[in-house]
Amino acid sequence: MSRVVLVDAGGANIGSVRHALQRLGVDAPLTSDAVTIRNAERVILPGVGAAGAAMHRLRELELVDTIRSLQQPLLGICVGMQILFESSDEGQTTCLGLLPGNVDKLAGNAQLRVPHMGWNRLVHRAKSPLLDGIEDGAHAYFVHGYAAAPGDHCIAESHHGVSFCALVQCNNVAGAQFHPERSAATGSRLLDNFLKWTPA
Amino acid sequence: MLSKRIIPCLDVRDGRVVKGVRFRDHIDMGDIVELALRYRDEGADELVFYDITASPQGRSVDRDWVDRVAQVLDIPFCVAGGIRSVEEARGVLHAGADKISINTPALERPALIGELAAAFGNQCVVVGIDSQRDPDGQWRVRTHSGDPDAMRAPGMCTLDWVVQAQQHGAGEIVLNCMGNDGVRRGYDVEQLRAVRAVCDVPLVASGGAGNLEHFADVFRDADVDGALAASVFHSGDIAIPDLKRMLSAQGFEVRHAA
Repeated sequence: MSRVVLVDAGGANIGSVRHALQRLGVDAPLTSDAVTIRNAERVILPGVGAAGAAMHRLRELELVDTIRSLQQPLLGICVGMQILFESSDEGQTTCLGLLPGNVDKLAGNAQLRVPHMGWNRLVHRAKSPLLDGIEDGAHAYFVHGYAAAPGDHCIAESHHGVSFCALVQCNNVAGAQFHPERSAATGSRLLDNFLKWTPA
Repeated sequence: MLSKRIIPCLDVRDGRVVKGVRFRDHIDMGDIVELALRYRDEGADELVFYDITASPQGRSVDRDWVDRVAQVLDIPFCVAGGIRSVEEARGVLHAGADKISINTPALERPALIGELAAAFGNQCVVVGIDSQRDPDGQWRVRTHSGDPDAMRAPGMCTLDWVVQAQQHGAGEIVLNCMGNDGVRRGYDVEQLRAVRAVCDVPLVASGGAGNLEHFADVFRDADVDGALAASVFHSGDIAIPDLKRMLSAQGFEVRHAA
Protein backbone atom coordinates (compact mmCIF):
# COMPACT_ATOMS: atom_id res chain seq x y z
CA MET A 1 0.00 0.00 0.00
CA SER A 2 1.29 3.42 -0.89
CA ARG A 3 1.33 6.03 1.81
CA VAL A 4 0.74 8.88 -0.63
CA VAL A 5 -0.41 8.71 -4.24
CA LEU A 6 -0.62 11.33 -6.97
CA VAL A 7 -3.70 11.09 -9.16
CA ASP A 8 -2.70 11.26 -12.81
CA ALA A 9 -5.39 13.57 -14.15
CA GLY A 10 -3.17 14.91 -16.93
CA GLY A 11 -1.23 18.14 -16.78
CA ALA A 12 2.27 18.52 -18.10
CA ASN A 13 4.33 19.17 -14.99
CA ILE A 14 2.90 16.66 -12.58
CA GLY A 15 6.49 15.50 -12.05
CA SER A 16 7.33 18.63 -10.08
CA VAL A 17 4.86 17.69 -7.32
CA ARG A 18 6.46 14.27 -7.16
CA HIS A 19 9.93 15.81 -6.86
CA ALA A 20 8.69 18.11 -4.05
CA LEU A 21 7.43 15.08 -2.11
CA GLN A 22 10.74 13.28 -2.74
CA ARG A 23 12.51 16.24 -1.15
CA LEU A 24 10.37 15.51 1.94
CA GLY A 25 11.39 11.86 1.83
CA VAL A 26 8.13 10.54 0.36
CA ASP A 27 8.04 8.56 -2.86
CA ALA A 28 4.51 9.06 -4.19
CA PRO A 29 3.61 7.02 -7.26
CA LEU A 30 1.59 8.55 -10.07
CA THR A 31 -1.55 6.49 -10.62
CA SER A 32 -4.91 6.38 -12.32
CA ASP A 33 -5.90 3.06 -10.73
CA ALA A 34 -9.01 3.32 -8.52
CA VAL A 35 -7.94 0.56 -6.12
CA THR A 36 -4.48 2.08 -5.56
CA ILE A 37 -6.09 5.46 -4.91
CA ARG A 38 -8.73 4.06 -2.52
CA ASN A 39 -6.08 2.17 -0.53
CA ALA A 40 -3.64 5.06 -0.15
CA GLU A 41 -3.28 6.84 3.18
CA ARG A 42 -3.27 10.21 1.48
CA VAL A 43 -4.22 11.37 -1.99
CA ILE A 44 -2.96 14.38 -3.94
CA LEU A 45 -4.81 15.65 -6.99
CA PRO A 46 -2.46 17.90 -8.93
CA GLY A 47 -3.64 19.76 -11.96
CA VAL A 48 -2.32 22.05 -14.62
CA GLY A 49 -4.40 23.10 -17.57
CA ALA A 50 -8.15 23.53 -17.63
CA ALA A 51 -10.93 22.38 -15.28
CA GLY A 52 -12.90 20.86 -18.14
CA ALA A 53 -9.94 18.80 -19.35
CA ALA A 54 -9.17 17.59 -15.81
CA MET A 55 -12.82 16.52 -15.20
CA HIS A 56 -12.97 14.90 -18.62
CA ARG A 57 -9.90 12.86 -17.80
CA LEU A 58 -11.28 11.79 -14.40
CA ARG A 59 -14.54 10.69 -16.06
CA GLU A 60 -12.63 8.82 -18.76
CA LEU A 61 -10.64 6.99 -16.10
CA GLU A 62 -13.89 6.38 -14.12
CA LEU A 63 -12.33 8.04 -11.08
CA VAL A 64 -15.05 10.60 -10.25
CA ASP A 65 -16.88 8.44 -7.70
CA THR A 66 -13.60 7.12 -6.28
CA ILE A 67 -12.36 10.61 -5.50
CA ARG A 68 -15.75 11.81 -4.26
CA SER A 69 -15.93 8.98 -1.75
CA LEU A 70 -12.40 9.22 -0.29
CA GLN A 71 -12.30 9.38 3.51
CA GLN A 72 -8.53 9.85 3.83
CA PRO A 73 -6.83 13.27 3.54
CA LEU A 74 -7.13 14.65 0.00
CA LEU A 75 -5.20 17.66 -1.33
CA GLY A 76 -6.08 19.34 -4.63
CA ILE A 77 -3.48 21.63 -6.17
CA CYS A 78 -4.32 24.53 -8.53
CA VAL A 79 -6.83 23.13 -11.06
CA GLY A 80 -6.91 20.07 -8.78
CA MET A 81 -8.31 22.36 -6.08
CA GLN A 82 -10.73 24.11 -8.43
CA ILE A 83 -12.41 20.84 -9.42
CA LEU A 84 -13.11 20.08 -5.74
CA PHE A 85 -15.85 22.75 -5.93
CA GLU A 86 -19.33 22.27 -7.41
CA SER A 87 -18.66 23.94 -10.74
CA SER A 88 -16.28 26.13 -12.70
CA ASP A 89 -16.90 28.96 -15.13
CA GLU A 90 -14.01 27.58 -17.15
CA GLY A 91 -15.82 25.73 -19.92
CA GLN A 92 -19.01 25.70 -17.74
CA THR A 93 -17.71 22.56 -16.06
CA THR A 94 -19.55 20.47 -13.47
CA CYS A 95 -16.93 19.52 -10.90
CA LEU A 96 -16.58 17.05 -8.01
CA GLY A 97 -18.78 18.97 -5.55
CA LEU A 98 -16.71 18.12 -2.47
CA LEU A 99 -16.69 21.81 -1.55
CA PRO A 100 -19.60 24.26 -1.88
CA GLY A 101 -19.37 27.05 -4.44
CA ASN A 102 -18.36 27.95 -7.96
CA VAL A 103 -14.97 28.83 -9.44
CA ASP A 104 -15.10 32.20 -11.22
CA LYS A 105 -12.97 33.80 -13.90
CA LEU A 106 -10.56 36.42 -12.59
CA ALA A 107 -11.25 39.79 -14.19
CA GLY A 108 -8.21 41.56 -15.59
CA ASN A 109 -7.67 45.19 -16.55
CA ALA A 110 -4.82 47.39 -17.76
CA GLN A 111 -3.03 47.26 -14.40
CA LEU A 112 -4.15 43.74 -13.45
CA ARG A 113 -2.80 41.00 -15.64
CA VAL A 114 -4.59 37.66 -15.98
CA PRO A 115 -3.47 34.88 -15.65
CA HIS A 116 -2.46 35.79 -12.11
CA MET A 117 1.14 34.66 -12.36
CA GLY A 118 3.76 35.11 -9.67
CA TRP A 119 4.27 35.38 -5.93
CA ASN A 120 1.45 36.65 -3.75
CA ARG A 121 0.70 36.73 -0.03
CA LEU A 122 -1.28 34.17 1.94
CA VAL A 123 -3.51 35.99 4.44
CA HIS A 124 -4.75 33.71 7.19
CA ARG A 125 -8.53 33.54 7.70
CA ALA A 126 -8.95 30.58 10.05
CA LYS A 127 -6.81 28.32 12.20
CA SER A 128 -5.78 25.03 10.63
CA PRO A 129 -2.97 22.53 11.20
CA LEU A 130 -2.25 22.98 7.49
CA LEU A 131 -1.03 26.52 8.28
CA ASP A 132 1.42 25.42 11.00
CA GLY A 133 4.72 27.23 10.57
CA ILE A 134 3.41 29.32 7.67
CA GLU A 135 3.50 33.01 8.54
CA ASP A 136 0.50 35.23 7.99
CA GLY A 137 1.53 37.12 4.83
CA ALA A 138 4.00 34.48 3.56
CA HIS A 139 4.45 34.41 -0.22
CA ALA A 140 3.32 31.55 -2.43
CA TYR A 141 3.60 31.00 -6.19
CA PHE A 142 0.38 31.23 -8.22
CA VAL A 143 -0.42 30.58 -11.89
CA HIS A 144 -4.14 30.65 -12.66
CA GLY A 145 -6.92 32.53 -14.42
CA TYR A 146 -9.85 31.24 -12.31
CA ALA A 147 -10.45 31.20 -8.57
CA ALA A 148 -13.10 30.51 -5.91
CA ALA A 149 -14.40 33.30 -3.67
CA PRO A 150 -13.25 33.00 -0.04
CA GLY A 151 -16.17 31.01 1.44
CA ASP A 152 -16.78 29.35 4.81
CA HIS A 153 -14.00 26.79 4.45
CA CYS A 154 -11.31 29.18 3.23
CA ILE A 155 -8.36 29.12 5.66
CA ALA A 156 -6.11 31.54 3.74
CA GLU A 157 -6.94 34.05 1.05
CA SER A 158 -4.95 36.04 -1.45
CA HIS A 159 -5.70 39.18 -3.43
CA HIS A 160 -5.52 39.97 -7.15
CA GLY A 161 -8.12 42.59 -7.94
CA VAL A 162 -10.49 40.59 -5.75
CA SER A 163 -9.89 38.42 -2.69
CA PHE A 164 -9.97 34.75 -3.54
CA CYS A 165 -9.51 31.46 -1.74
CA ALA A 166 -5.83 30.42 -1.69
CA LEU A 167 -6.12 27.55 0.78
CA VAL A 168 -9.28 25.66 1.66
CA GLN A 169 -10.04 22.89 4.15
CA CYS A 170 -13.31 21.08 4.86
CA ASN A 171 -13.31 17.78 6.76
CA ASN A 172 -10.73 15.53 4.99
CA VAL A 173 -10.62 17.69 1.87
CA ALA A 174 -8.00 20.41 1.35
CA GLY A 175 -7.00 22.50 -1.63
CA ALA A 176 -4.25 24.95 -2.55
CA GLN A 177 -4.79 27.41 -5.38
CA PHE A 178 -1.04 28.10 -5.43
CA HIS A 179 1.70 25.63 -6.34
CA PRO A 180 3.30 24.33 -3.12
CA GLU A 181 5.86 22.45 -5.22
CA ARG A 182 7.07 25.80 -6.56
CA SER A 183 6.60 27.95 -3.44
CA ALA A 184 10.02 27.40 -1.82
CA ALA A 185 9.99 26.93 1.98
CA THR A 186 6.32 27.97 2.35
CA GLY A 187 5.17 25.36 -0.13
CA SER A 188 7.35 22.66 1.32
CA ARG A 189 5.87 23.41 4.75
CA LEU A 190 2.31 23.07 3.42
CA LEU A 191 3.10 19.68 1.85
CA ASP A 192 4.79 18.56 5.07
CA ASN A 193 1.74 19.72 7.08
CA PHE A 194 -0.52 17.78 4.73
CA LEU A 195 1.61 14.64 5.15
CA LYS A 196 1.22 14.90 8.95
CA TRP A 197 -2.41 16.05 8.94
CA THR A 198 -5.09 14.09 10.82
CA PRO A 199 -8.45 15.68 9.98
CA ALA A 200 -10.53 16.23 13.13
CA MET B 1 -0.71 42.01 -3.95
CA LEU B 2 1.34 40.39 -6.66
CA SER B 3 5.11 40.81 -6.19
CA LYS B 4 7.45 42.19 -8.79
CA ARG B 5 9.54 39.26 -9.96
CA ILE B 6 13.36 39.21 -10.03
CA ILE B 7 14.53 36.64 -12.56
CA PRO B 8 18.16 35.60 -13.00
CA CYS B 9 18.78 34.20 -16.48
CA LEU B 10 21.27 31.41 -16.88
CA ASP B 11 22.62 30.95 -20.38
CA VAL B 12 23.43 27.28 -20.86
CA ARG B 13 25.96 25.87 -23.28
CA ASP B 14 26.94 22.20 -23.29
CA GLY B 15 25.41 21.72 -19.84
CA ARG B 16 27.29 24.65 -18.19
CA VAL B 17 26.22 28.19 -17.39
CA VAL B 18 28.00 30.77 -19.55
CA LYS B 19 27.75 34.52 -20.05
CA GLY B 20 28.73 36.76 -22.90
CA VAL B 21 28.51 40.46 -23.64
CA ARG B 22 26.14 41.47 -26.43
CA PHE B 23 25.65 37.78 -27.17
CA ARG B 24 29.40 37.24 -27.82
CA ASP B 25 32.53 36.04 -26.00
CA HIS B 26 30.99 33.45 -23.69
CA ILE B 27 32.80 32.62 -20.46
CA ASP B 28 32.10 29.72 -18.07
CA MET B 29 30.10 30.72 -14.96
CA GLY B 30 29.68 27.35 -13.27
CA ASP B 31 27.47 24.31 -12.75
CA ILE B 32 23.75 24.67 -13.52
CA VAL B 33 22.36 23.06 -10.37
CA GLU B 34 24.82 24.86 -8.09
CA LEU B 35 23.94 28.27 -9.53
CA ALA B 36 20.20 27.51 -9.54
CA LEU B 37 20.27 26.71 -5.83
CA ARG B 38 22.42 29.74 -5.03
CA TYR B 39 19.85 32.03 -6.66
CA ARG B 40 16.96 30.22 -4.95
CA ASP B 41 18.65 30.76 -1.58
CA GLU B 42 19.20 34.45 -2.34
CA GLY B 43 15.51 34.96 -3.09
CA ALA B 44 15.22 34.73 -6.88
CA ASP B 45 11.52 34.51 -7.76
CA GLU B 46 11.99 32.41 -10.87
CA LEU B 47 14.83 31.24 -13.11
CA VAL B 48 15.18 31.16 -16.86
CA PHE B 49 17.54 28.66 -18.47
CA TYR B 50 18.38 29.57 -21.99
CA ASP B 51 20.16 26.99 -24.13
CA ILE B 52 21.98 29.50 -26.29
CA THR B 53 23.33 26.99 -28.77
CA ALA B 54 20.13 25.05 -29.40
CA SER B 55 18.35 27.35 -31.84
CA PRO B 56 21.30 28.30 -34.09
CA GLN B 57 22.38 24.64 -34.29
CA GLY B 58 18.84 23.59 -35.17
CA ARG B 59 18.52 21.16 -32.27
CA SER B 60 16.30 21.05 -29.20
CA VAL B 61 17.27 21.50 -25.60
CA ASP B 62 19.06 18.67 -23.81
CA ARG B 63 16.63 17.29 -21.20
CA ASP B 64 19.11 15.74 -18.75
CA TRP B 65 19.97 18.98 -17.03
CA VAL B 66 16.29 20.03 -16.96
CA ASP B 67 15.58 16.90 -14.96
CA ARG B 68 18.53 17.52 -12.63
CA VAL B 69 17.33 21.06 -11.93
CA ALA B 70 13.70 19.95 -11.42
CA GLN B 71 14.66 17.44 -8.75
CA VAL B 72 16.24 20.03 -6.47
CA LEU B 73 14.66 23.39 -7.34
CA ASP B 74 11.50 24.54 -5.51
CA ILE B 75 10.85 27.78 -7.35
CA PRO B 76 9.45 28.04 -10.88
CA PHE B 77 11.73 27.81 -13.87
CA CYS B 78 11.45 28.33 -17.58
CA VAL B 79 13.47 26.64 -20.31
CA ALA B 80 14.25 28.26 -23.64
CA GLY B 81 16.20 27.18 -26.68
CA GLY B 82 15.24 25.54 -29.92
CA ILE B 83 11.85 24.15 -28.87
CA ARG B 84 9.93 23.89 -32.15
CA SER B 85 7.16 21.32 -31.59
CA VAL B 86 4.55 20.24 -29.06
CA GLU B 87 6.45 16.99 -28.56
CA GLU B 88 9.73 18.76 -27.77
CA ALA B 89 7.90 21.07 -25.36
CA ARG B 90 6.23 18.10 -23.69
CA GLY B 91 9.63 16.51 -23.09
CA VAL B 92 10.93 19.64 -21.37
CA LEU B 93 7.75 20.13 -19.29
CA HIS B 94 7.65 16.47 -18.30
CA ALA B 95 11.28 16.74 -17.23
CA GLY B 96 9.98 19.30 -14.71
CA ALA B 97 10.11 22.78 -16.26
CA ASP B 98 7.14 25.05 -15.46
CA LYS B 99 7.23 27.04 -18.66
CA ILE B 100 8.84 26.91 -22.03
CA SER B 101 9.97 29.98 -23.92
CA ILE B 102 10.02 30.08 -27.69
CA ASN B 103 11.64 32.73 -29.84
CA THR B 104 12.94 31.93 -33.34
CA PRO B 105 10.58 28.95 -33.94
CA ALA B 106 7.57 31.14 -33.03
CA LEU B 107 8.53 33.73 -35.62
CA GLU B 108 9.13 31.06 -38.24
CA ARG B 109 5.74 29.45 -37.53
CA PRO B 110 3.44 31.55 -35.28
CA ALA B 111 0.83 28.73 -35.12
CA LEU B 112 3.27 26.91 -32.82
CA ILE B 113 2.28 29.31 -30.01
CA GLY B 114 -1.37 28.25 -30.27
CA GLU B 115 -0.51 24.56 -30.50
CA LEU B 116 1.52 24.82 -27.28
CA ALA B 117 -1.18 26.86 -25.51
CA ALA B 118 -3.85 24.31 -26.48
CA ALA B 119 -1.72 21.41 -25.27
CA PHE B 120 -0.41 22.86 -21.99
CA GLY B 121 -2.35 26.06 -21.23
CA ASN B 122 -1.16 29.57 -22.05
CA GLN B 123 0.46 29.96 -18.60
CA CYS B 124 3.19 27.59 -19.85
CA VAL B 125 3.89 29.45 -23.05
CA VAL B 126 6.36 32.31 -22.96
CA VAL B 127 7.30 34.13 -26.15
CA GLY B 128 10.80 35.56 -26.00
CA ILE B 129 11.52 38.46 -28.31
CA ASP B 130 14.94 39.82 -29.25
CA SER B 131 14.42 43.35 -30.43
CA GLN B 132 16.65 46.09 -31.76
CA ARG B 133 16.06 49.64 -33.00
CA ASP B 134 16.81 49.99 -36.70
CA PRO B 135 18.29 53.16 -38.28
CA ASP B 136 14.76 54.26 -39.30
CA GLY B 137 13.76 54.38 -35.62
CA GLN B 138 11.53 51.27 -35.69
CA TRP B 139 12.03 48.42 -33.23
CA ARG B 140 12.27 45.14 -35.11
CA VAL B 141 12.80 41.56 -34.06
CA ARG B 142 15.90 39.41 -34.55
CA THR B 143 16.07 35.65 -34.84
CA HIS B 144 18.83 33.07 -34.20
CA SER B 145 20.39 35.55 -31.78
CA GLY B 146 22.27 32.87 -29.83
CA ASP B 147 24.97 32.93 -32.49
CA PRO B 148 26.01 36.31 -33.94
CA ASP B 149 27.01 34.69 -37.24
CA ALA B 150 23.59 33.07 -37.65
CA MET B 151 21.50 36.07 -36.51
CA ARG B 152 18.83 37.31 -38.92
CA ALA B 153 16.46 40.26 -39.17
CA PRO B 154 13.18 39.04 -40.68
CA GLY B 155 11.77 42.59 -40.78
CA MET B 156 8.87 42.10 -38.33
CA CYS B 157 8.09 45.18 -36.18
CA THR B 158 8.38 44.33 -32.50
CA LEU B 159 5.06 45.89 -31.45
CA ASP B 160 3.17 44.03 -34.22
CA TRP B 161 4.76 40.78 -33.12
CA VAL B 162 3.82 41.36 -29.46
CA VAL B 163 0.17 41.79 -30.49
CA GLN B 164 0.22 38.73 -32.76
CA ALA B 165 1.96 36.53 -30.20
CA GLN B 166 -0.81 37.26 -27.68
CA GLN B 167 -3.50 36.56 -30.28
CA HIS B 168 -1.89 33.17 -30.86
CA GLY B 169 -1.99 32.41 -27.12
CA ALA B 170 1.25 33.62 -25.51
CA GLY B 171 0.89 33.69 -21.70
CA GLU B 172 3.88 35.91 -21.09
CA ILE B 173 6.27 38.04 -23.10
CA VAL B 174 9.98 38.42 -22.36
CA LEU B 175 11.35 41.40 -24.24
CA ASN B 176 15.10 41.38 -24.65
CA CYS B 177 16.30 44.80 -25.76
CA MET B 178 19.47 43.81 -27.59
CA GLY B 179 20.94 47.30 -27.80
CA ASN B 180 21.08 47.37 -24.01
CA ASP B 181 22.08 43.76 -23.41
CA GLY B 182 25.20 43.27 -21.33
CA VAL B 183 26.18 46.95 -21.32
CA ARG B 184 24.65 47.78 -17.94
CA ARG B 185 23.25 51.22 -18.75
CA GLY B 186 19.76 50.33 -17.64
CA TYR B 187 16.74 48.68 -19.25
CA ASP B 188 15.30 50.20 -22.44
CA VAL B 189 12.40 51.86 -20.63
CA GLU B 190 11.16 53.65 -23.75
CA GLN B 191 10.80 50.44 -25.73
CA LEU B 192 9.36 48.51 -22.78
CA ARG B 193 6.73 51.21 -22.19
CA ALA B 194 5.69 50.98 -25.84
CA VAL B 195 5.40 47.19 -25.57
CA ARG B 196 3.57 47.42 -22.24
CA ALA B 197 0.91 49.55 -23.91
CA VAL B 198 0.02 46.67 -26.25
CA CYS B 199 0.75 43.77 -23.89
CA ASP B 200 -2.08 42.45 -21.67
CA VAL B 201 -0.21 39.39 -20.44
CA PRO B 202 2.72 39.51 -18.00
CA LEU B 203 5.74 41.32 -19.44
CA VAL B 204 9.33 40.67 -18.37
CA ALA B 205 12.10 43.18 -19.12
CA SER B 206 15.48 41.87 -20.24
CA GLY B 207 18.77 43.50 -21.17
CA GLY B 208 20.72 46.31 -19.59
CA ALA B 209 20.55 45.99 -15.79
CA GLY B 210 23.68 47.52 -14.26
CA ASN B 211 22.72 48.80 -10.83
CA LEU B 212 19.92 48.63 -8.26
CA GLU B 213 18.22 51.77 -9.49
CA HIS B 214 17.75 50.31 -12.98
CA PHE B 215 15.32 47.77 -11.54
CA ALA B 216 13.29 50.44 -9.74
CA ASP B 217 13.26 52.51 -12.96
CA VAL B 218 11.87 49.72 -15.12
CA PHE B 219 9.21 48.67 -12.58
CA ARG B 220 8.09 52.29 -12.05
CA ASP B 221 8.36 53.68 -15.58
CA ALA B 222 7.49 50.67 -17.75
CA ASP B 223 5.17 48.81 -15.33
CA VAL B 224 6.73 45.44 -16.17
CA ASP B 225 5.85 42.39 -14.08
CA GLY B 226 9.36 41.03 -13.82
CA ALA B 227 12.94 42.02 -14.53
CA LEU B 228 15.44 39.55 -15.88
CA ALA B 229 19.21 39.92 -15.63
CA ALA B 230 22.28 37.75 -15.88
CA SER B 231 25.74 39.28 -15.59
CA VAL B 232 25.06 41.58 -12.62
CA PHE B 233 23.87 38.56 -10.63
CA HIS B 234 26.54 36.12 -11.84
CA SER B 235 29.36 38.57 -11.08
CA GLY B 236 27.98 39.31 -7.62
CA ASP B 237 27.75 43.04 -8.41
CA ILE B 238 24.10 42.93 -7.36
CA ALA B 239 23.00 40.68 -4.50
CA ILE B 240 19.30 39.82 -4.74
CA PRO B 241 18.61 40.46 -1.01
CA ASP B 242 20.05 44.00 -1.35
CA LEU B 243 18.01 44.57 -4.50
CA LYS B 244 14.79 43.48 -2.83
CA ARG B 245 15.45 45.59 0.27
CA MET B 246 15.91 48.64 -1.96
CA LEU B 247 12.75 47.88 -3.98
CA SER B 248 10.79 47.32 -0.79
CA ALA B 249 12.01 50.65 0.64
CA GLN B 250 10.80 52.36 -2.54
CA GLY B 251 7.33 50.91 -2.05
CA PHE B 252 7.41 47.99 -4.48
CA GLU B 253 5.81 44.72 -3.39
CA VAL B 254 8.54 42.07 -3.35
CA ARG B 255 9.04 38.68 -1.77
CA HIS B 256 11.94 38.24 0.64
CA ALA B 257 13.70 34.90 0.92
CA ALA B 258 12.77 33.01 4.10
